[in-house]
Amino acid sequence: MIIDLFINGKKIQAETAPDQMLIDFLRGLGYKSMKRGCDTGNCGLCTVWMDEKPVLSCSVPAARAAGHKITTLEGVQEEAAEFSDYLANEGADQCGYCSPGLIMNVLALKREIPNPTMAQIKEYLSGNLCRCTGYQGQYRALAKYFGVEE
Amino acid sequence: MHTIRNYIMAESLEQAWELNQKGRNNIIIGGNLWLKMGRRNIINAIDLSSLGLDKIEEDEGGFRIGCMATLHDIETHEGLNKEFQNLFKEAVRHIVGVQFRNCATIGGSIFPKLGFSDVLTAFLACDTQVILYKKGEVPLREFIYIPTDNDILTHLYVKKDGRKTAYESFRMTETDFPTITCAVAKTQDGFETVLGARPKHAEVVVDEVVADAFSSEEVADYAKRVIGKLQYGSNIRGSEQYRKQLSKVLIGRCISRLTEE
Repeated sequence: MIIDLFINGKKIQAETAPDQMLIDFLRGLGYKSMKRGCDTGNCGLCTVWMDEKPVLSCSVPAARAAGHKITTLEGVQEEAAEFSDYLANEGADQCGYCSPGLIMNVLALKREIPNPTMAQIKEYLSGNLCRCTGYQGQYRALAKYFGVEE
Repeated sequence: MHTIRNYIMAESLEQAWELNQKGRNNIIIGGNLWLKMGRRNIINAIDLSSLGLDKIEEDEGGFRIGCMATLHDIETHEGLNKEFQNLFKEAVRHIVGVQFRNCATIGGSIFPKLGFSDVLTAFLACDTQVILYKKGEVPLREFIYIPTDNDILTHLYVKKDGRKTAYESFRMTETDFPTITCAVAKTQDGFETVLGARPKHAEVVVDEVVADAFSSEEVADYAKRVIGKLQYGSNIRGSEQYRKQLSKVLIGRCISRLTEE
């Protein structure tokens, strides 16, 4: 089936299978930032935005994206680079595999709650798992990025 | 992982309903989160997301919630949470992460009567009507005992009746399925307690009369009577006895919050 949608502001027409998930559809088109992690909707590695809201691309059928606006990390590179510096400065980039999903959710948080408390940050990002360490580096980076006391 | 032969973006509820009558392999897709974990061979996956059923509308009598509204929509709806003292926010905020809650739908959470559902527990604590495409309005408290069929849940209607509510749940780890869920509502007639994830689907106990002012002995006695009316079981998240013990604690916490205010 052929679907029309917007990816990072660009109108795209492409073919998808009825049971293809959005992550495979996007990666097939060359958008490789979103990663496959658990593939069960738990880890947040595959986060993209659908109509500005963060969703799990491993669980959204590609066909459902027809007519919608999809944003991947490639579409918010400047903002992503700004937050990535905070991650790097706190040694929180680690292996980097979870970073794209985390960054997409951090930027979504910034839009939804511009001045979050640390508790709100932790709650909002609870669906982004990192298997490298214990999140302390990420929390330091987030505290500095949002300007909140840890 | 499931397979899907045809993905149908429904153009009307009638079209969706007709397709849904064609047997088990035709299925309405909600958030696709739970469904994706199975291994079904689906002939027609029916998507209701273009029918405008994702809205939460408030009127004088209550809130009309479309089946495609997401868990994050009820979590962040100011009117709904003000009316019910953050019941819905508290019920869903532990469910995985915000991306998951932007995918999971109200219809997909309520229609299958899932045993682990925080969402079902919260809605049962209110006077909630289920609106089905063919059968019309059915109280949620009756709907949970009706065998699942091929009708379509289009909306929930949650009445504003002045009740006060409190919600508590217990998880082995944050964002996991709950070991037990508990909601207590204080109405004009007394207290109503909902217990879910026992691990059976949530149920309400309304026929236990208690005084307005509680001593800790009265609360413990009330909790014991409520727990005694429900069936419990064991699974990997906890034994029957452990769940009963947790229920006592959570009922106590909810009542304490409701009576302190």
